[in-house]
Amino acid sequence: MQKIIFGVLVSMLLFSCENNGFKTNDQIGSEQISQTDLDYFKNLVGDTILFTVDKSDLRPDALEVLNSQLQWLEDKKFLPITIQGHADEQGTREYNLALGARRANAVKNYFLAKGIEPGRINIVTYGKERPLRVCSNEECWSKNRRAVTVVGKQLSE
Amino acid sequence: MDKNIKFKFTLYTLACVFTLVFFTNFGMSQEEQAPKIKMTVNKGVIKPMSIALPAFIKEEGANTIISRELSKVISNNLNGTGLFKTIAQTAYLDTPISFNTPVQFDNWSIINADVLVIGAVGINLDGRLEVKFRLWDVSQQKEIGKGKKYLTKQESWRRISHKISDTIYERLTGESPYFDSRVVFVSETGPKNNRLKRLAIMDQDGANFRFLKHPPSLVIAPRFSPTDNEIIFTGYETGKPNVYLMNLDNDKISSLGNLTGMSFAPRFSMDGKKIVLSITEGGNTDIFSINLGTLERRRLTSNIGIDTAPSFSPDGKNIVFESDRGGGQQLYIISSEGGDAKRISFGEGKYATPVWSPRGDLIAFTKINKGKFHIGVMRVDGSKERLLTTSFLDEGPAWSPNGRVIMFFRETPGKAGAPSIYSIDISGRNMKKIKTASFASDPNWSPLLN
Repeated sequence: MQKIIFGVLVSMLLFSCENNGFKTNDQIGSEQISQTDLDYFKNLVGDTILFTVDKSDLRPDALEVLNSQLQWLEDKKFLPITIQGHADEQGTREYNLALGARRANAVKNYFLAKGIEPGRINIVTYGKERPLRVCSNEECWSKNRRAVTVVGKQLSE
Repeated sequence: MDKNIKFKFTLYTLACVFTLVFFTNFGMSQEEQAPKIKMTVNKGVIKPMSIALPAFIKEEGANTIISRELSKVISNNLNGTGLFKTIAQTAYLDTPISFNTPVQFDNWSIINADVLVIGAVGINLDGRLEVKFRLWDVSQQKEIGKGKKYLTKQESWRRISHKISDTIYERLTGESPYFDSRVVFVSETGPKNNRLKRLAIMDQDGANFRFLKHPPSLVIAPRFSPTDNEIIFTGYETGKPNVYLMNLDNDKISSLGNLTGMSFAPRFSMDGKKIVLSITEGGNTDIFSINLGTLERRRLTSNIGIDTAPSFSPDGKNIVFESDRGGGQQLYIISSEGGDAKRISFGEGKYATPVWSPRGDLIAFTKINKGKFHIGVMRVDGSKERLLTTSFLDEGPAWSPNGRVIMFFRETPGKAGAPSIYSIDISGRNMKKIKTASFASDPNWSPLLN
């Protein structure tokens, strides 16, 4: 459990780094989401799901997390959603970009099937460019094959 | 900042200067002589050819530094091929003092030189650098080819060294050369989970390094235009991967019109008129081509598998790419007009990042098998596969302009794991690490400069 919380904290840290280069839009309309709510989403609902090597189908453990995310999102229709898809380092750069897109899209499709409005969801792939964990064995790789649901920020086009 | 300006100035002058360069042949014979001791690179060289390369003779106006550096850069180029070995200057019995003095061949044969390079450098009254050289077959006591003379700006001495190296390589091997060329790559700094990636460029031998100017967001895999002073790369400026062009005269970045979805893995056709790339729409990645004149986009594959890493054949008629449509990643060839794809790789493991050789005969690739990564080559029909390297992570082959050498990057494992660029002959010999100031990945080799 400690490990999980640590992982989540690392992912928060990492996410804040990842977005440095972005033009972000934290507010849509007049409604706002508080940092406390966002922390709750990341830490307690869980913003990350994991995948099997080279696969993009949603495992039962992933569906459980996604269902909790949907529940949390239910009364926050103003929030834009970005799904980031990632891969582990055991693949080539281009393939991993495509694989990350596949994974992010799997989450997007699940959300759409559950009634999220298409206009709210963006997907982006990072391939193997943004590993969460840095060791070179399955313990880290399994954590890096992930999709992260980011709420409250949207990509500028 | 100063450096940047100076470099740009150099680039600019290079662009102008080379229209002013005179290539003068002088010598006794009227026709280019067939090299007497031409070597066959194909069969593999048992013993490198031995070359005597004294410091260039100082003529009017030249300084000692430049006369030494010219021979040093040439020597470094030639030795780097593994085909030649220059004899240490301390072993020489003779110090040439004048360019036109008859060569005392005995002094060179006694130290076992196969070939002798006599060069001279001076500065003309108009301030231009004059460099000339002759190549001698020591045992035959004859000149190989004709002498050559170059007139250029003084700051272009390094490029002259590369051009002389190219001529020597060409005359001794019968192969087209690759020294007067550059490498664009991704410089990496910072910890593994927060890498800063920047586009950078250097000469083929690592000199004249500079960063290219671009927004701080993530950048991936720059590739040279074969015809213009331009690269194409993938950047995350909008938050998503997108393909951009950059003009290397001024680092100006331009987009390719309104590409939907995410785009990456771009490469030019050999005539520079088209690019081929991957575009992801609705989570699915396919191959497209874009006409750079009209920005017209053409879909080449339409498959639920991942189709990526496309590379044109030199004649522009075909494209090799990787796809996992059959399960794992394998290599396929498709007409550049689209149509049915033909699978060419059938070995064990996964095949990725195919790149067509500039000679057209081979395809270099990354292979992943049993937890190891390899750089390999195969014929265009998929036969005669040869793996050249093996490690925890070798990836992204890039061809030298003559199709004889491959650069790639090797990443070490673990927390401190980081990439470096290496080169290796297609024979599988002479692997060496390219020195770079930071971690480096995604190398791409320019064509020979003009």
